[in-house]
Amino acid sequence: MKDLKKEESMITETGKAFRARRTALKAVTYVFLTFWGLVVLFPFYWMVLTSVKSYGAYNSEYIPKLFTLSPTLENYAEAFTAVPLARYFANTILFTVGTTALMLAVTVLSAYAFARLDFRGKNLVFVIFLSLMMIPNELVVITNYVTVTNLDLRNTFTGLILPSVTSVFYIYLLKENFEQVPDQLYYAAKVDGTSDLKYLFRVMIPLCRPTIVTITILKAIECWNSYVWPRLVTDDQNYFLVSNGIQAIRENGFGRENIPAMMAAVVVISLPLIVLFLFFRRMIMAGVSRGGTKG
Amino acid sequence: MEKKSLKGWLYLLPAILFLGCFLVYPLIDVFVYSVEEGYNFASQTYSGTGLYNYSYVLRDPYFLQALKNTFLLVVITVPVSTGLSLLISVGLSSIRPLRELFQTIFFLPYVTNTLAVGLVFMILFKKTAYTDGFVNLLLNWFGAGSIDFIDGPYAAKMFVLCLYTIWVVMPFKILILTSALASVNQTYYNAAKIDGTSGLRIFFRLTLPMISPTLVYLIITGFIGAFKAYSDAVALFGTDLNAAGMNTIVGYVYDMLYGNSGGYPSYASAAAVLLFAIVLTITCINLLVSRKHVHYFS
Repeated sequence: MKDLKKEESMITETGKAFRARRTALKAVTYVFLTFWGLVVLFPFYWMVLTSVKSYGAYNSEYIPKLFTLSPTLENYAEAFTAVPLARYFANTILFTVGTTALMLAVTVLSAYAFARLDFRGKNLVFVIFLSLMMIPNELVVITNYVTVTNLDLRNTFTGLILPSVTSVFYIYLLKENFEQVPDQLYYAAKVDGTSDLKYLFRVMIPLCRPTIVTITILKAIECWNSYVWPRLVTDDQNYFLVSNGIQAIRENGFGRENIPAMMAAVVVISLPLIVLFLFFRRMIMAGVSRGGTKG
Repeated sequence: MEKKSLKGWLYLLPAILFLGCFLVYPLIDVFVYSVEEGYNFASQTYSGTGLYNYSYVLRDPYFLQALKNTFLLVVITVPVSTGLSLLISVGLSSIRPLRELFQTIFFLPYVTNTLAVGLVFMILFKKTAYTDGFVNLLLNWFGAGSIDFIDGPYAAKMFVLCLYTIWVVMPFKILILTSALASVNQTYYNAAKIDGTSGLRIFFRLTLPMISPTLVYLIITGFIGAFKAYSDAVALFGTDLNAAGMNTIVGYVYDMLYGNSGGYPSYASAAAVLLFAIVLTITCINLLVSRKHVHYFS
């Protein structure tokens, strides 16, 4: 009897130790995750903080202050007046919308062909398409640059947009989704005399809207952040996108030392994507985990 | 039947045109360029064919510097970012409250402009006449002296580049690993718990093998991505990467093509082909090694 009691107390004792260890582990986990959260957020905090410090205040702080008591918006005004930031913005929006719209048209049509239409050589073409996914951009950019230069398309939106349009991966993603739409719908539509194009727009696209929205957003992010291609084909400020704009600002924009104005520009450039992300968080994260990579 | 066949090709036509002009043709052309010796951009003529471009690139000190930088970057950032993201993902999947918030925050770097945030990193690390910068403030708190991370010693510059690269690539890895961890069948864990298996043992014997295909995928894409590093370096050190001694292979390709040192598409092509060969070799080695260690569950 006594032994039994002793054993019982021992069990509760180990239970307690076990629970204490688990609590400790939880605490360590939270501390670790919070630490990484701070590492991620700190650059954002610093950029907003610096952008609201006045030029004089920033340059008089030999030891940078971690907060400011007199925030100012003058840097934002400076960012829009001293450099053509609004122009960079308009260019980027035009580039993003143009590229994404063309990409959607091309992708929807070919995904439909692969998923729904029968024609000779379909499987072969599909395999070729898939193998094209493995070609790194760095390998083809050289000839594209020469092509665009020879066609006199440097510093034009045509030259910017056309080589950036196709993404084989999105064709593949949409084709998989299109194939999930039951065949019966198609045959019913055929009996009613619906044309393929009408069926595509009235049935397939509405049914597969989530995938289409996902690839639209992923492509838009890619366009907004693209730097290498725009840098190669534009040297006229009037055609700069935000990435090139920010690089130009850094190298000769406000004068090297006006860091607060520079940071104001950085905030303005980063904001649209962050807002987009906060609105479409689940959709973007699901889309990326299905196969996005940093473009 | 013929008409139907035609329709299919018609729907594919735009994609085939785009891919043909901007992907297939350039792919063939880059190999052609790389063996054309003495190519002149203005007159579009060349003096002969051979492997001179390759030997030029392989002897160019700028290329060798770029090669060294890229390899260092790969060797440091791939293991560190994969390990760190594994730790974070395991942490994330072991908690309930605040998990969504953490996930959202951790994903933020994915949707930011690499060039723009790189500028913030530069300011955090840069030492100027006016200020030592935030990171040096931290260093001073811990009793260390100030270092100029942007224009200073090579090791310091490499450190910043690696740190920023890791910061940029983490969101993707955390996201993929968290969803892989979530998809491990819960019954395995319950069985292990009933058997009284310790947490560490569960992790190494159960969790790790179950997610090993995902890990391999991340390591391979991580290698490929790190070998193509470029914009991170531009963001931190400016467009003249050769002068900063921080160029990467991709940077070398673009510098040969364009800008003050540009106008040599043949050298650029040779360097790009070399890069492709390196990446292909490493990917094959990765696949061969992983075949021995990965467990595929069906």
